[in-house]
Amino acid sequence: MSSAMITRCHRLATLTIITMLGCSSALGVEPDEILSDPALEARARSISSDLRCLVCQNQSIDDSNAPLARDLRLLVRDRLKAGDSDEEVRTYIVARYGEFVLLRPPFNIRTVLLWLAPLLVLLAAITSAIRIFVRRPPRSSRTGAPALTGAEEEKLRALLAEANKTEKS
Amino acid sequence: MIVEVGHFALVLALLVAIFQMVVPAWGAHVGDERLMRVGEPAALCQFGLLGISALALTHAYVTSDFSVANVVANSHSTKPLLYRISGVWGNHEGSMVLWVLILALFGAAVAAFGRNLPETLKANVLSVQASIAVAFCLFILLTSNPFERINPAPADGNGLNPILQDPALAFHPPFLYTGYVGFSIAFSFAVAALIEGRLDAAWARWVRPWTLAAWMCLTVGIAMGSWWAYYELGWGGWWFWDPVENASLMPWLAGTALLHCAVVMEKREALKVWTVLLAILAFSLSLMGTFLVRSGVLTSVHAFAVDPQRGIFILAIMTLFTGGGLALFALRARNLRQGGLFAPISREGALVLNNILLTTACATVLIGTLYPLVLEALTGAKISVGPPYFNMTFGPLMLPLLIALPFGPLLTWKRGDILGAAQRLMFAAVLAIVALVLAYATFHRGPILAPFGLALGVFVMVGALIELATRVRVGDVPWRESLRRLKGQPRSAFGTTLAHFGVGLMVVGIVATSAYREEKILVMKPGDTTQLAGYTLAFQGATPRTGPNYREQVGGFDVTRGGNDIAVLEPSKRIYDAPPQPTSEAGIHPAWRGDLYVVLGDNQNDGGFAVRVYFNPLVRFIWIGALIMFLGGAVSLSDRRLRIGVPRRTRRATAPAPAE
Repeated sequence: MSSAMITRCHRLATLTIITMLGCSSALGVEPDEILSDPALEARARSISSDLRCLVCQNQSIDDSNAPLARDLRLLVRDRLKAGDSDEEVRTYIVARYGEFVLLRPPFNIRTVLLWLAPLLVLLAAITSAIRIFVRRPPRSSRTGAPALTGAEEEKLRALLAEANKTEKS
Repeated sequence: MIVEVGHFALVLALLVAIFQMVVPAWGAHVGDERLMRVGEPAALCQFGLLGISALALTHAYVTSDFSVANVVANSHSTKPLLYRISGVWGNHEGSMVLWVLILALFGAAVAAFGRNLPETLKANVLSVQASIAVAFCLFILLTSNPFERINPAPADGNGLNPILQDPALAFHPPFLYTGYVGFSIAFSFAVAALIEGRLDAAWARWVRPWTLAAWMCLTVGIAMGSWWAYYELGWGGWWFWDPVENASLMPWLAGTALLHCAVVMEKREALKVWTVLLAILAFSLSLMGTFLVRSGVLTSVHAFAVDPQRGIFILAIMTLFTGGGLALFALRARNLRQGGLFAPISREGALVLNNILLTTACATVLIGTLYPLVLEALTGAKISVGPPYFNMTFGPLMLPLLIALPFGPLLTWKRGDILGAAQRLMFAAVLAIVALVLAYATFHRGPILAPFGLALGVFVMVGALIELATRVRVGDVPWRESLRRLKGQPRSAFGTTLAHFGVGLMVVGIVATSAYREEKILVMKPGDTTQLAGYTLAFQGATPRTGPNYREQVGGFDVTRGGNDIAVLEPSKRIYDAPPQPTSEAGIHPAWRGDLYVVLGDNQNDGGFAVRVYFNPLVRFIWIGALIMFLGGAVSLSDRRLRIGVPRRTRRATAPAPAE
């Protein structure tokens, strides 16, 4: 890593102190890198926006003006020109730079919780919401009065029967 | 001398805060009114002392006192006055002073304006608020003292990072912190209520204005940061899912959920448990954000391990308050009585859905932000969680939220009529479909789902207006009667409409600019022209210029459209004197239909310049939407019911909405 690159990293780190993105005027793709075939170039852009610039903080190689990002952009374009599919390009880059380079983490044993977590949280939230409707405390406990005992129930039933009888008569 | 006064005032503020933490709470515990009442003067005094401390630091910056280490590290004598002032909070130590100052401001505001609060609640709230101040004053004094002197004093300072020398960014931290720290009031109220064991509709009514004020500031703070990133970082991006951005988004999401939840609690005494939990979480996430940004843990887990003192201190503060709050919640939540019953399809039900989706979205952002840190700390494996992850998880959660949003306010409390609401929203749906068709007809590129996103934004905007129209019964009664009803609406009703309208506008802006952005990257020599989005740009060449503390090379672009002169754009490349850093200033021609955005790049060997031209359609809607949300909050805050605070039980029977 060149010393310029290291100072750049340091600068990036200090920048984050104020919040918001820590990167200098990010300019990414240079005119001389652009492929003549627009379809191929579009694929290159889409791939590189998902690849991390390894010497920056949270920047894709598509947005970064670090020399390493440029090298990676050129590498992506070289592989595409050589006829690789998008997936092959990604595999090629990961083989050399590790999974850290992927801004979209792959689904594997290490990231299974990461990918499933939103779903689990959603289910948990829905479950606790359903409980509001299903496990409503009975009315009596809501008003604070204790539930009736068996004897009291009996008495109540008798009283109601009495009342019904008088009503009918 | 003044610096020492500032330092001393900070120490005194700590002592006052300790006093304020202990005495009123003890008074509330033993029922001694005199002890409880000392909370008020203590809170005002604490704020005054912190104010003196902050002014002393500002004085050191404004007069460029280079005997103070903090000023040397972050300021420079040639810096314009505005940035010498904003430099105060443009660094770790100073920003922590701002943090406690705002914390004390909220405490003082409760002391000054909370006249109608019950004595014990007020005493406990001020005590809890003071305990946070104690923790942060200690943190500043022990690990991050901004008043430290340096001997011998250097002739000049190191300067402020040039890309931070910007008007929007000068005011971004105060707004953001007011938002962050403002949730401390909701937290203090929640903890105080749990201690007392008293939690009712009146409590929700007292908490709401503070939460709303904090939420408004956070909204503007985040929007300002995003706007700054848009024009300063030089390629027109406005949101990056950067951990530091996420740190501010998480409290915003939790705070938004809290605002909506508190409405249910105020009106119907339901969802108490959720409201209290969200109040604790919103502030805990603010603390988490402070920890993430301040500890250096984001740069790398290793950076944190090398200089762990500050990080561990904030981690301890965070654990103490989050853990304490949640533990108290776990102990006391069971005792909270359930409030009014309601059917799933009802205003309450809609707000429950709002809470589910917002908290899940918040949790998703939290997990995405922390996962790589935790994974690296546990296994040493490094992974990146970038924008693609957040777009894939956050996006789908927003979709049902936006669809449900216009329905919510149209449903009645307790039991709503969803078919009736759907009928009223028919007009919004028709306009949304028109937008959808127009988008497909106009753009033959971009993601296939983008027109649906635009339609959704339109649906939300029109839906918000329909809600207001329904309230004043447009069409059902003569327009004169509608107008009379409009005047009679509470301000909070307008607040809701405005805020929801703002959300819709923002969605339209986000979708349009993400899906239909145009871009051209090319080499231009003086005299060359290029075309984008109907504009013609003629490059006039680049000339050198000197600013107050920088030199720059300014490119001139004459912009015409259909033969008419539109603008002259002057993007530049700057080199600042101190620190000597290059930045790039974009040339932007703003318009309703979108921004033309030109960036001047490096000189090429053949005498040309690398030039980037972007067209960002409807991008301003994003920030205008945020501003309208802010206004909605402000209008709602001015509502008499919130200002007078005392809950009035209205006896009127809740008239069910006319069946349709």
